[in-house]
Amino acid sequence: MTELEAGASTGAQRTRPLSPHLQIYKPMLTMMMSIVHRITGGALYFGMLLLAWWLIAAAAGPNAYANVEWFMGSLIGQLVLFGYTWALLHHMLGGIRHLVWDTIHGFEPAERELLTLATLIGSITLTLILWVVGYLVMGGPR
Amino acid sequence: MSPIQTMRTPMRRVRGLGTARSGTGQFWHQRITSVAGIPLTIGLLLIITALLGRSHAAVVQILGSPLVAITVLLFIINTAYHMWIGMQEIILDYIHEEKWKLLSLIANTFFVFVVSLASIYAILKLSFGV
Repeated sequence: MTELEAGASTGAQRTRPLSPHLQIYKPMLTMMMSIVHRITGGALYFGMLLLAWWLIAAAAGPNAYANVEWFMGSLIGQLVLFGYTWALLHHMLGGIRHLVWDTIHGFEPAERELLTLATLIGSITLTLILWVVGYLVMGGPR
Repeated sequence: MSPIQTMRTPMRRVRGLGTARSGTGQFWHQRITSVAGIPLTIGLLLIITALLGRSHAAVVQILGSPLVAITVLLFIINTAYHMWIGMQEIILDYIHEEKWKLLSLIANTFFVFVVSLASIYAILKLSFGV
């Protein structure tokens, strides 16, 4: 109570940010990638529905599987799958970065910037490589 | 008795309880499942890439083979726990109204159980052909 009273006598007129949050700070790469890690995690959560659909359809039979193949092959399906691939790889690399940080390494300004940039570039590069390989596999003999 | 002398928080005195003594449990489990998730994710991506464009019969045969089925099963079980903890953390961070918080936490548990058990059932059916 004494704290509140002291605050009332000195700083009642000023509106002070009691709990600085995102909008206070200049956007930085480490901060953006922290948010992206959570967003990709949330997206992957619902992405598990796609994996479940694929597995259930395979178990259900050729007709159900044909439906999945039709959707995954459509433009929207391909976009969703591409986003899913990137989110998965980005969340994995971001997770590795967090595991490195858990060991109390890589916290110097240059190090953490490098780790964060490597996560972003790595996830985009791996996604593109995987999709090129995927299309080559699709084009190959089956 | 002042809180400083007893090291008791006001909340503890109000509730007459200590902490749940499991504060770091989920933090640690999230790390374990993330470590396990690295090889399992790579394995799953390789399996999916290998199955691209194959016929239904071929997909069923490959998904049902032991090594592939075990990898996919481990991925699903590991991911189910990891995503359950993760979504719970998101809910607790952003949803503060008691009613919606409780409903979201319940929905999270239901979602994870339904999606993972359905996936596990499908893999087992493909494996045993029942």
